[in-house]
Amino acid sequence: MKIEGKQNIWKEYQKEIAEDHFFYVRSCVRQNFFPGSEKTFLRILQYELKKDLFENPSHTTCSGIGYHTDIIPFETSMTMVARQFALMTEAGYENLVTSCITSFGLYSEVLETWHHFPELEEKTRQFLRKATGREFKKPANVSHASDIIFKFRKEIAEKSKYSLVNKDTGKPLRVVEHIGCHYSKMFPSKGIGGAEYPYVLVGMIEDWGGEVIDYPERRHCCGFGFRQYLVQANRGFSISCSKKKFDSMEPYKPDMILTNCPGCPMFLDRWQYAISEMEGKTYGENNQGIPVLTYEELAGLVLGYNPWDLGLQVHQVPAEPLLDKMGIPYDPEMKFRGADGQDLGKPEAPTTLKFYAKEV
Amino acid sequence: MSDLYDKLFEDVRFREGLKACLNCGTCTAICPAAEFYDYQPRRILDILQTRDQSQIEELLKSNTIWYCGECMSCVTRCPRGNAPGLLIQALRSLSQELGYFTESEKGRQQLAIKRTIGKWILEYGYCLYPSEILPDMHPEQGPVWEWEHKNMEAVMNRLGANYKGTGGGILRKIPEEALGEIRRIFEVTGGLSRMEKIEEFSRKKAAEMGMEMNDGKNDDYMKFIYTENSGDHTRKNED
Repeated sequence: MKIEGKQNIWKEYQKEIAEDHFFYVRSCVRQNFFPGSEKTFLRILQYELKKDLFENPSHTTCSGIGYHTDIIPFETSMTMVARQFALMTEAGYENLVTSCITSFGLYSEVLETWHHFPELEEKTRQFLRKATGREFKKPANVSHASDIIFKFRKEIAEKSKYSLVNKDTGKPLRVVEHIGCHYSKMFPSKGIGGAEYPYVLVGMIEDWGGEVIDYPERRHCCGFGFRQYLVQANRGFSISCSKKKFDSMEPYKPDMILTNCPGCPMFLDRWQYAISEMEGKTYGENNQGIPVLTYEELAGLVLGYNPWDLGLQVHQVPAEPLLDKMGIPYDPEMKFRGADGQDLGKPEAPTTLKFYAKEV
Repeated sequence: MSDLYDKLFEDVRFREGLKACLNCGTCTAICPAAEFYDYQPRRILDILQTRDQSQIEELLKSNTIWYCGECMSCVTRCPRGNAPGLLIQALRSLSQELGYFTESEKGRQQLAIKRTIGKWILEYGYCLYPSEILPDMHPEQGPVWEWEHKNMEAVMNRLGANYKGTGGGILRKIPEEALGEIRRIFEVTGGLSRMEKIEEFSRKKAAEMGMEMNDGKNDDYMKFIYTENSGDHTRKNED
């Protein structure tokens, strides 16, 4: 087969990602649960890669969780999205980068809808004008923050201080990658590798020295399911989905789980804790869990950032087993300290899940 | 053709989501909800294709339409380009517009979501807000969240957030003008009207069930719908 032919076949699995000048919109879930990841994204983009990135303090939730719990009509969410576009247009930007996968999916859905039903774009423009007096241009490029880290993964590798290699054995660490459903299941062409060959996290893992684990339930949802977690009576759905994944990946002995969605790392982290409390079951060696990281946290570790600056202390499943394997030094005494080193106390240790790697 | 089918057809997601279903069941095979609940997306398309008024009405009043997690895994696999997940969104919207959602245990939960997520969007400009995520309502969040909750400002500060601060950054205070704009967007696009309908129909249902319902997070009806699980939803072993 000619190379051009092969390239043509894979073309639909590739994605255009902007090079610079990003308008950044934040994620509700990440700001609540993984604030260190958003901080690290900006640190890498602005200080390591010298990119221009702008945030307007007036941007808000896109309303995505409200939309997917169905308390908000599509017209409302389309207009909320249009308002973010207006803020981007007013600031002179055209490359949107979203921290959230639910947002990324919603932006993609809105743009696709307007493409097929131009009358709805016009209606949304009228709504936005009436409500806010704002006008907008559609973005030239919509990327998820993980697309950007993927695009510059080799630059990050060149600057790396640590890699995904076990310092004792010299072997690559074994990594489970988990893609957020709304990254590419709804609109495969919007994600790197589409829904069939998602490559956004695999590319990072391979370039940073690790080995990707393929396992039966690799593409199964983490179990957020919006209303299936948010209402207490439904959480059996959520924990069952995560458990199905853990049981499926366990025989492959993963050293870590890497995620690109805001919700997934929270559920894959918290449900390991809940399962350990409910059934005494843990999925790592010696009553340890499997550490679950965001792509920014992993990029930060590779770049040699302090694990407690990245926010690894707010994980319920400790990341220390991974830090030990990668040979990354850390100070257990500082783990739960405040910004000026003040004593904030410490969380209680769970019943079964090993929490304090080194007793302090 | 029925009235209810016509109403569903007005929703662009319905038109996009239902082309022609050949009943192969692939959506059901890949569906995480079908694995956990007594639920088959295939069956929903089956009913919708009949366009039968009474069957659609029954569906709109049932638990069935509330089992989906909207992960959209079904979209990746349908050989006919249907999107059962989008049909669910259209069904849930109509069920709320007509007040049918209060007829089922899972549908009634919409009030709990409206009074948490819906309230936080309008009040804070965020779908979630850390001081509102209470450890006793979220035991699964574990002792680390309890510790964070106790030390929220210090932990957020340690992690580089601008919690409740002015200017940009993580968990900044959304400016009043921006919150005003969101509210007007909800007014002109039907978002507020949807929320009012959820309240109004829930109030009727609470009265019918003889339960107390006021405006807060802790009335009897609210607590009941947030925690009630009849146990009749999951697939039985003999299936």
